[in-house]
Amino acid sequence: MTAAELLKSRPYAPSAPEKRAMLLDGLNELTVHHRRNCVPYDRIVKALFNGADTVDELSALPWLPVRLFKRTDLVSVPHEKIVKTLVSSGTTGQLPSRIFLDRETASSQARILATIAGDFLGKARMPMLIIDDASFLRDRTRFNARAAAILGFSSLGRDHLYLLDEQLLPDWNALSSYLEAHRDTPILLFGFTFIVWQNFVEAALAEERSFHFPPGSALIHGGGWKRLEDRKVSEESFKAALAERFGIERVHNYYGMVEQVGSIYFECEHGRLHTPAYSDILIRDPVSLEPLGVGEAGLVQVLSVLPRSYPGHSLLTEDLGTIVGEDDCPCGRNGKSFRIHGRLRNVEMRGCSDTRPVPAV
Amino acid sequence: MTVEKVFVSSLGISADVVHDDLEYGAIKEWDSVAHMGLVSALEQEYNVMLETDDVIDMSSVGKAKEILRKYGVQV
Repeated sequence: MTAAELLKSRPYAPSAPEKRAMLLDGLNELTVHHRRNCVPYDRIVKALFNGADTVDELSALPWLPVRLFKRTDLVSVPHEKIVKTLVSSGTTGQLPSRIFLDRETASSQARILATIAGDFLGKARMPMLIIDDASFLRDRTRFNARAAAILGFSSLGRDHLYLLDEQLLPDWNALSSYLEAHRDTPILLFGFTFIVWQNFVEAALAEERSFHFPPGSALIHGGGWKRLEDRKVSEESFKAALAERFGIERVHNYYGMVEQVGSIYFECEHGRLHTPAYSDILIRDPVSLEPLGVGEAGLVQVLSVLPRSYPGHSLLTEDLGTIVGEDDCPCGRNGKSFRIHGRLRNVEMRGCSDTRPVPAV
Repeated sequence: MTVEKVFVSSLGISADVVHDDLEYGAIKEWDSVAHMGLVSALEQEYNVMLETDDVIDMSSVGKAKEILRKYGVQV
């Protein structure tokens, strides 16, 4: 099965053996494609992975450290085919990653996001509240990963309201009118985890405001827990505050990164992140880089059959996670379920991926 | 209003650019931001509510007409 055929699968249908075979074919094919079309990638695979084109198991696939995209532009299609360049937000002192998308990769990314989200939310587009400000809509030169995520998720909703102003202060009056206008329909909310907490939940607490969202309303949020952990906010208290202040009972975190389009992992009703048919994760020991089993914490490697315009189909991230199980989540979805524990932040990757000499490219 | 006219007014482009083969992303006025405005303009004009898949599939003027026909709009 080719990567293109795999994209037609339902997100959580294939069982582990079916999925493994499909993914292996799709990912092997991508390794060949990228080696043929991206010279620096080919050099890395030759130098570090003995140049193997096809491998027999997912853990033997060549991978790139995710931060390589900060240092070098990697692309597998002619430059005139690039329709979109994604730039990571890049916190202070860090170089941003640059990811190049052609029409095919950009459109399969949009489609897969809709397919995965549809499994949790249904097909109908709900009225959508975005817990962010809309300034990037006016100044399109500031187009970064944050804007790309907001716009990507926007196609899941309609009648979009951006709740925050440029100082990230919520417009509660606008929210009241919006809830009045959409009294009988569940509302979809989207925002970055920390902004949702600080500029929506905490802002409402501070001003002693509460609202009643229609039953069935759902929040999708992503971007990481790190800053909430620093404030001792647990997932449970995050969810409890949303239910209590706003009547929002459905909350789905997601895990994903700009460097690997299509790897979008939604949290189910049982609090576990799920791998869809088109992507997978492996956990590796942070020191030996050997693959680890279920229940063992280590570095997360992400695999996806979507990245065709740049060699990002197999990446070692700097995030720590644990696989909880496979095909056995009480929510009924097949695929691996896992948890993310945070990032190896500000850690020079000594003892991790940088112990292997990455050749200058 | 014709589909072409909705494109002209929503994207702020001249009528002679709009033909069935005009593709999403081919002109700077039809980018991902403008696309959401265009979808909502079409929905309002024809009183329909498109599914997410159709929002994403709307990759040309011709494709927009095809999708609207699926919702029973005569274009």
